[in-house]
Amino acid sequence: MDDDAARPPSRRGALFRLGLALNGVAAALILTPVVRYFIAPGRRKATRSDHAWVTLGPIAQFPEGETRLASFKNPFRRPWDGATADIPCWVRRIAKEKFQVFAINCAHLGCPVRWFPQSELFLCPCHGGAYYADGSLAAGPPPRGLFEYRYRTDNGALAILAGRLPTLAESA
Amino acid sequence: MGTLRAIGAWIDRRLQLAAPIREMALHRVPRSTASWFYVFGSVTFVLFLLQVVTGICLAFAYVPSASEAWSSLQALNHEVPAGWFLRAMHFWGSTFMVGVLLVHVVQVFLFGAFKFPRELTWVFGVVLLLLTLGMAFTGQVLRFDQDAYWGIGIGASIMGRVPLVGAQLVHLLLGGPIIAGDTLSHFFALHVFIVPGLLLAFAGLHIWMVLKLGINEWPMPGRLVTRERYLEQYEELTRKDGVPFVPDAFQRDLTAAGVAVLAVIVCAAWLGPSGPSGPPDPTIVQAVPKPDFFFLWLYAALSLLPPNLETPLLLTAPVIVLLLLFLLPFLSGFGEKSWRRRPVSVLAVLLVAVSFAALTRLGETMPWSPHMEAWSANPIPARALAARSPLERQGALVLQNKQCRSCHALGGTGGQRGPALDDVATRLTHDQLIRQVLQGGGNMPAYAKNLSPPEVTALVAFLETLRREGHSPARDPAQRELRLDSAEPSSPPHR
Repeated sequence: MDDDAARPPSRRGALFRLGLALNGVAAALILTPVVRYFIAPGRRKATRSDHAWVTLGPIAQFPEGETRLASFKNPFRRPWDGATADIPCWVRRIAKEKFQVFAINCAHLGCPVRWFPQSELFLCPCHGGAYYADGSLAAGPPPRGLFEYRYRTDNGALAILAGRLPTLAESA
Repeated sequence: MGTLRAIGAWIDRRLQLAAPIREMALHRVPRSTASWFYVFGSVTFVLFLLQVVTGICLAFAYVPSASEAWSSLQALNHEVPAGWFLRAMHFWGSTFMVGVLLVHVVQVFLFGAFKFPRELTWVFGVVLLLLTLGMAFTGQVLRFDQDAYWGIGIGASIMGRVPLVGAQLVHLLLGGPIIAGDTLSHFFALHVFIVPGLLLAFAGLHIWMVLKLGINEWPMPGRLVTRERYLEQYEELTRKDGVPFVPDAFQRDLTAAGVAVLAVIVCAAWLGPSGPSGPPDPTIVQAVPKPDFFFLWLYAALSLLPPNLETPLLLTAPVIVLLLLFLLPFLSGFGEKSWRRRPVSVLAVLLVAVSFAALTRLGETMPWSPHMEAWSANPIPARALAARSPLERQGALVLQNKQCRSCHALGGTGGQRGPALDDVATRLTHDQLIRQVLQGGGNMPAYAKNLSPPEVTALVAFLETLRREGHSPARDPAQRELRLDSAEPSSPPHR
């Protein structure tokens, strides 16, 4: 006796559809957190703001009229970040309380720019982008001047608002 | 022998794989395809399998943590027995895989293999090409050194040019707002699980289709592909002038795969692993980041494009290239297969190959990068200083101290971003030199704020001496007229 043929087709179809539906629900329940997990870094206000004030040290270590290399700890560092938690930047002290803090990253493709006090230029090793002492574009392929951090001085220390990689999409 | 055969038969009665394998091995292919031109696909696949094996070996020692990855690579290079060799095999394996894959793409393109009914085989092949380049890029990041750190920064900076969602894309690529531990973890998962999984799946489908549809026959000029007749013609060809895949065609695949793997072994043993370069410490700003060779052409293009075209091209060119690659079999799916009657295709391949080679060569020499040590490391040639006045020699000092040589060569050393200065005095007059130094222009910074008037006077005096023997200095015709006028105020203007 052919058991399958004897059953009413509608009932078999219903069970098949029930099976599909159950698995569909399960897939959705799995996919929702998985997708959220994967796009989390791309969502702006997902878990934390990507900006925080960090100190670059006492103002006294930046002589007036000079541009010096400084570095800070990424405010959102994790224990396994290693050396990548230390981010460099260029600090130009124009006057007593007047500063410019430039991101290390060239506005062209993010390579580390180097300051040359003799010619008073920032030069990029990658494609030869050049910037003047005030960060404005001097020559080469970058589409804009250097990225600048917002800064403030409190209790004789210089602090900047930092935490993300400056790109053309969002500056420092 | 009889016992072995019996055991084999016992197993296969349960496994049932002998028959399909025999059928696959003995399926008939056109005699013309038992050719050395047809080995590149299978060699690429063998190299991929080699990458899987060496990659798994490396995973035993590699630590995918931003703080430890670099030192675990050092340990692999110097402490783990044969660790350096496995790293070298993985690096050279990837280099050969990309290289052989490109040859395969060109061969398939020139032989018209993408035409009916193999359109989908080509489309999956393009996916495989992209996945392979993805493996190359993510692998370069796992070698978590200075180049990797700034290389991801370059990737992020390109992403940041995408309108509207640029910031989100940057964060997705980096696994957070900045290059850090999460970045490496993301790239590890991509390089070790996701991309190779996709590669394996698509390669399986790609090879399945080659088996089911039959390998593309050797194209004959004038034998056109038509929807009505092609399948029939192909079937007739394999029946009348076919050979079994094993051994007639397979022996060449086998030999070529052996040669390729041996070449990887020789390169690995002889040339060793690649890097790691300096530690991934961004505070070491004396870095000169440079990508692996498959991306040098892009690196060079990014320097040579006019700045205002850069973002539009970065955003549209990949889309156009991908569309062309994916749509190729649908735009040109029938008709002539032979490269002998497809001049545009041959020219396109030549154009791409020449551009690729030229850009890669430029990417290796990087003539646009400033030579940052030239000002203190490269002396002024003695002949340029012989019999010079004190003012001119002072000018040579200004040239050196103001780091002009970062971008300008003199006597064959120094940067090449700007023109060499050996014969600048034959090209620019006194006034033009002053203007160029003070105002810059033509991709040179202006030095007006940075040079005192005496320094400019000295520098220009020195520059005016820089010309080859027997070459006369640049002259300004208008200046000469003026001088003549002032010397002979009474003489009438010469008409």
